[in-house]
Amino acid sequence: MANVISDETMEYVGILAKLELSGEERQQAKKDMERMLDYIDKLNELDTSGVEPMSHAFPVQNVFREDVVTNTDMRDAMLENAPQRRDGSFVVPRTVE
Amino acid sequence: MDDRLELSALALGRQIRERKISAVEAVQAALSRIRETEETVHAFVTVDEEGALRRAKQVQQKIDAGELSGPLAGVPAAVKDNLCTKGLLTTCASRILENFVPPYSAQAVENLEEAGVVVLGKTNMDEFAMGSTTETSYFGVTRNPWNPEHVPGGSSGGSCAAVAANECFFALGSDTGGSIRQPSSFCGVVGLKPTYGTVSRYGLVAYGSSLDQIGPIAKNVSDCAAVLEIIASHDPKDSTSLKRTDLDFTSALLDDVKGMRIGIPRDYLGEGLDGEVRQAVLAAAEVLKERGAEVEEFDLSLVEYAIPAYYTIASAEASSNLSRFDGVKYGYRAKDFDGLHQMYKKSRSEGFGPEVKRRIMLGAFVLSSGYYDAYYLKALRTKALIKQAFDRAFEKYDVILGPAAPTTAPRLGESLADPLKMYLGDIYTISANLAGIPGISVPCGMDSRGLPIGVQLLGNCFEEKKIIRAAYAYECARACRAAQQGKAVEA
Repeated sequence: MANVISDETMEYVGILAKLELSGEERQQAKKDMERMLDYIDKLNELDTSGVEPMSHAFPVQNVFREDVVTNTDMRDAMLENAPQRRDGSFVVPRTVE
Repeated sequence: MDDRLELSALALGRQIRERKISAVEAVQAALSRIRETEETVHAFVTVDEEGALRRAKQVQQKIDAGELSGPLAGVPAAVKDNLCTKGLLTTCASRILENFVPPYSAQAVENLEEAGVVVLGKTNMDEFAMGSTTETSYFGVTRNPWNPEHVPGGSSGGSCAAVAANECFFALGSDTGGSIRQPSSFCGVVGLKPTYGTVSRYGLVAYGSSLDQIGPIAKNVSDCAAVLEIIASHDPKDSTSLKRTDLDFTSALLDDVKGMRIGIPRDYLGEGLDGEVRQAVLAAAEVLKERGAEVEEFDLSLVEYAIPAYYTIASAEASSNLSRFDGVKYGYRAKDFDGLHQMYKKSRSEGFGPEVKRRIMLGAFVLSSGYYDAYYLKALRTKALIKQAFDRAFEKYDVILGPAAPTTAPRLGESLADPLKMYLGDIYTISANLAGIPGISVPCGMDSRGLPIGVQLLGNCFEEKKIIRAAYAYECARACRAAQQGKAVEA
């Protein structure tokens, strides 16, 4: 069955993905996604009942380590890459009114 | 071109140890090759001439002092631009990271440096490793050194092109769905994707974390094994890193495949496979058979489900991984915006290219409530079935042999118009990432247009040694045959 994605869904996905698409870009993205989902629907041919979802190729257990600091203070080095910084902090637009 | 640029990495390392060439001379030769080739090939995003020469001097001093004696000490190499290099621009070929200079290096890069390898620069790639042609790079396309009208493959296209063009002696790449093996096939070099977790992903900019693996790209199988031996290590900084005790990969460089059981999936030889590629791959299998391997065809099954499962899982992981690029701590920030949320949205929308946006959107969709079970979990269940199919195959075979890609390198500009068609080109490589198994692509011939063809060998988890041995034996047989043909021509 051909997938049809509503404008509302595209809007919602844009919010989740934190992407702002122009009108034309959005139409193309919608078309691409519908086509891709049609293709992914092929998986429905497979009977996967009783099959556990496998997130990892190997059975990996939680890996614990001691919570100890191993690196030195790298604040200034980290801030070097900040688009905007001041007084040893990242500068962002006001978040609380 | 300086003849010495054609040496393998191990041969150059030997000459450096024997004082026939210094590390500085080797780096100078590579840099001069880069200067004359880059205009056509454009394999690099960043070339660090000054840093490489400085580092070569230090390495030479250590070699002279007897502090460095490893097989690749002093050898110049290139690193894919999604691996962090301390103090050296790391862009992932994306506008959003166009100015990012990491304060630390990836563990794989650290391991190389400890072994005395000199990093020349960072290689071009598809943006965030999403693509199969290196055409989605923000910094322009890389061209195939065998024919500049064709793509080098991707996403590690820059690394493979740099090795093929003798701009470096080997390179590191990353492979999420075939990004080492497919461009290696297109560029006529050897590329190996190790078992998931063998090489630490610390400092590799994440795309699909459950699938990503770093690996070597080199001129021959021996170099690949030697590089893998250096970069493979258990790393507490990567919680999926494995504690392996069998990392002596060069011990598998044996010209002996007697009794080795090799299976060729019939599903890999069907529709969509180019006739010339098919012929070259089957001829490679014949060579191994003549050398004593037991070769037969079999049905792997589920092959056509690997691509839809992969694009669901990889896009889901990408949408989560790439949420860190928000214009706050590093990378590109939009110039004009109204408030925090618009800053995020504009920075990301202006910073990411179309293919990356496409995958982030798809990923966000398949993970969203209401669709999570139908798409994401369904893909994870399919992944489990694909893994089981490989488990069954490896009960019967030591190695699975097939093509690395359905065709040779397409022409520039042919692939991007139809993303789905481009995704279908990943059909033979993608399952290995889902199953976590190792794979190697080795050159096995040329098509009638003079473009390289690669044969892919897949092994069970932790069995790199088997594919290295088969690949090495094949390479030996091919060299031997070429020498005989040379003699016949002379006679």
